[in-house]
Amino acid sequence: MDNEKLSLPQYDIPEDMQHAIAVTTLDRLYNWGRRSSVWPLMFGLACCAIEMIAAQTARYDMARFGMEVMRPTPRQADLLLVSGTVTKKMVPAIVRLYNQMPEPKYVVAMGACASGGGPFKEGYNVVAGIDKFLPVDVYIPGCPPTPQALIAGMIKLQEKIDKQTMKTNRWYDKKKVDANYVPVPVLGPDLMDPRRYDELKAAAAAKATQQESA
Amino acid sequence: MTAPASTLTVDLAARFPGIVTAETRPGCTGFIVEKDNLIEVATVIRDELGFDLLTAVTGVDYFPEEKMEVVYHAYKTTGGPGLVFKVQVPRVDPVEVPSLIDIWPGVDLQEREAWDLMGIKFTGHPDLRRILMWEGFDGHPLRKDWKEGFYEEDTKPFKSRWPDGQFYMAEEKNPFNDNLTFPTNFDPEKWIPEGDALLYGALARYTVKQEDGMSTDRIVINMGPHHPSTHGVFRAVMTLDGETIVGLKPVLGYLHRNHDKIGERNTYLQNMPFTDRLDYFNSMTNNFGYALAVEKLMGIPVAERAEYIRIIVSELSRVQNHLIFIGTLLNDLGAMYTPSLYAFEERELILDIFEEISGARMMCNYFRFGGVVRDIPDSAMKKIKDLVYDRLQAKTDELDRMLTENEILVSRMKDVPMISAEDAIRYSVTGPVLRAAGVPYDIRRADPYGIYDRFDFDVAVRHNGDLMDNYLIRIDEIRQSLRILEQAIKQIPEGPINSQKPAYQVRVPAGEAYGRIESPKGELAFYLVSNGKPNPWRYHVRPASFVNLNALEKISIGAKIADFVVILAMFDIVMGECDR
Ligand code: SF4
Repeated sequence: MDNEKLSLPQYDIPEDMQHAIAVTTLDRLYNWGRRSSVWPLMFGLACCAIEMIAAQTARYDMARFGMEVMRPTPRQADLLLVSGTVTKKMVPAIVRLYNQMPEPKYVVAMGACASGGGPFKEGYNVVAGIDKFLPVDVYIPGCPPTPQALIAGMIKLQEKIDKQTMKTNRWYDKKKVDANYVPVPVLGPDLMDPRRYDELKAAAAAKATQQESA
Repeated sequence: MTAPASTLTVDLAARFPGIVTAETRPGCTGFIVEKDNLIEVATVIRDELGFDLLTAVTGVDYFPEEKMEVVYHAYKTTGGPGLVFKVQVPRVDPVEVPSLIDIWPGVDLQEREAWDLMGIKFTGHPDLRRILMWEGFDGHPLRKDWKEGFYEEDTKPFKSRWPDGQFYMAEEKNPFNDNLTFPTNFDPEKWIPEGDALLYGALARYTVKQEDGMSTDRIVINMGPHHPSTHGVFRAVMTLDGETIVGLKPVLGYLHRNHDKIGERNTYLQNMPFTDRLDYFNSMTNNFGYALAVEKLMGIPVAERAEYIRIIVSELSRVQNHLIFIGTLLNDLGAMYTPSLYAFEERELILDIFEEISGARMMCNYFRFGGVVRDIPDSAMKKIKDLVYDRLQAKTDELDRMLTENEILVSRMKDVPMISAEDAIRYSVTGPVLRAAGVPYDIRRADPYGIYDRFDFDVAVRHNGDLMDNYLIRIDEIRQSLRILEQAIKQIPEGPINSQKPAYQVRVPAGEAYGRIESPKGELAFYLVSNGKPNPWRYHVRPASFVNLNALEKISIGAKIADFVVILAMFDIVMGECDR
């Protein structure tokens, strides 16, 4: 165990006991455990996924940070690494996967596409960034981000985990535990987000009046 | 390079007077066939003229002329130039053209794509559903009068960005504040999603009850779009009888990124980096195909040194592609990680070279019309030599020794049928899968492009057509690529790397071009139509992965579900290219 990170320095431990005792807070211990075992969902979308795989291989070796255990099922994963272009046809599946992940869960948007649409933003089947649907914790720029950039992003995520505390974590709060449930988008004439139905209806009606007056 | 089509096709116009006319538009080749006689003419093309491989089918929307055109590219598996024939129909709904699925079953997915994106109805097609978009989507997006949510202008560069640079977010201009378009007065709450009713309907013909008295149920399972063995976001829906597959439909489009539509708005050069993202393992070969097509249109030569550089980077790309193929194949067979770690080790070395010469590991954006963008520095050349002369040979042998005789590998793959030569040709399969079935068809030999005709290499071919052969042929091809590389490194001359001056805009005369290459996955081609403006009128990618999947249904039916994963792996599909 890394004493330096875990122990709170203000407690004086007698020298002869320092090798045996560490004084810390529950939060630190808990976060240290979580940050060192972030299991990503084995889930590749597009080109960025290849760099994600490269980051897992011997040369870059994400295992050094405790992130090498890719789980094929969302039920066992902590992290949704959105590695590639999010298309309208795919986004219901992504949202479903996210909803199936148990708390605590994190989302990393890898690459320009997942962050904001990237080179394909204008495309009719492209969602301009996964953050239109899911709460994103870390954005990693690049097209594709190099494996080093991906690892840098993961370290940022670890920093974020370090700062969380059990007192306010939403997943221990009965009232907030479902706060991150995202309604699954529907494929209609175009992609429909159930949270925005009223807005869409109003805009579609406005379009009609506009056409009448024209 | 390509012999004029006239030698082959004089017959066609003379043979069908009044039905077939030779193309007269400037820069265009081929024939225009009357719609009503299409099937008759196509049968003659296949049976009498010997064009057994129909590679590309696509539509062109000649909006100003109120016409729609369907363009077919047919080739002979014995080699030689191709035959282009077209059908023109008035642009009034429904736009109907007879389906050629009975003559070349390989048109299946491509006809569905043309229906989906251009709204061309192929009469006689048994399963004409949307393929890249979902059922219920509003409109046919590749039609010239269809505008997407973030539509700004027909062509780039956009006035808002250039020359004034008054940049704004596309969201601000869209009434729905997002990349969306809805019909007027649309009410989302009343919408009933189609779900996959049509898809399951298409599978229903496989779910008939057996008549042997046993009341066994057939079950339908979905594999993908999220599945570790589908190589991306591919989805297959199958009907199973026990463990045997009795029906299968591939579902595509989960990575449909609208290359065609975006490509028609870009200038010619702007498309180059987009081609990188098609088959993202092989940005170099993608660039090659696109550069060839535009160079054909422009009629410009390629600088001599650049020709060699092109060969070197393409073959390096092929080597790393096949290595990764072997790694992921073993992953799919259950040998998690170890073989792919070996493969990725070599790939990293090749990517280092790509990074050094182009600036990027994966998305190289390296080719330019008339040459390449940067020269290979001496340091990179030395790395290439080390790799080609020493390391890669030894590593290929090592993989071969480690894997090929492995008992599990042999018992999973030996004598498990993939596809026969006849079927492969009928279903328009190209690339290693076709060659493993015993057809020595390699575009580098059959219709040489670049300077492939100067090198001494064998077209790898295997004859059993089982899964094992499909694996072995990749190893053969790595060895042949290394042979080409050795020669290219020896012969590469000094000199300029581009025959043209660097320019952001190129002048492309009106006409059409079909640039095809032997990509590591099969035939990759770009079909371009130019009207003399700075942007292509039609930009169509004919991807190898997508067209090869035509045969998936045929191969899988009768196979065990555990073998399906291996069969799919053999196609070596990449969804970026497959869905575009
Ligand atoms: S950001 Fe670039 S590399 Fe990543 S998925 Fe998008 S296009 Fe591909």
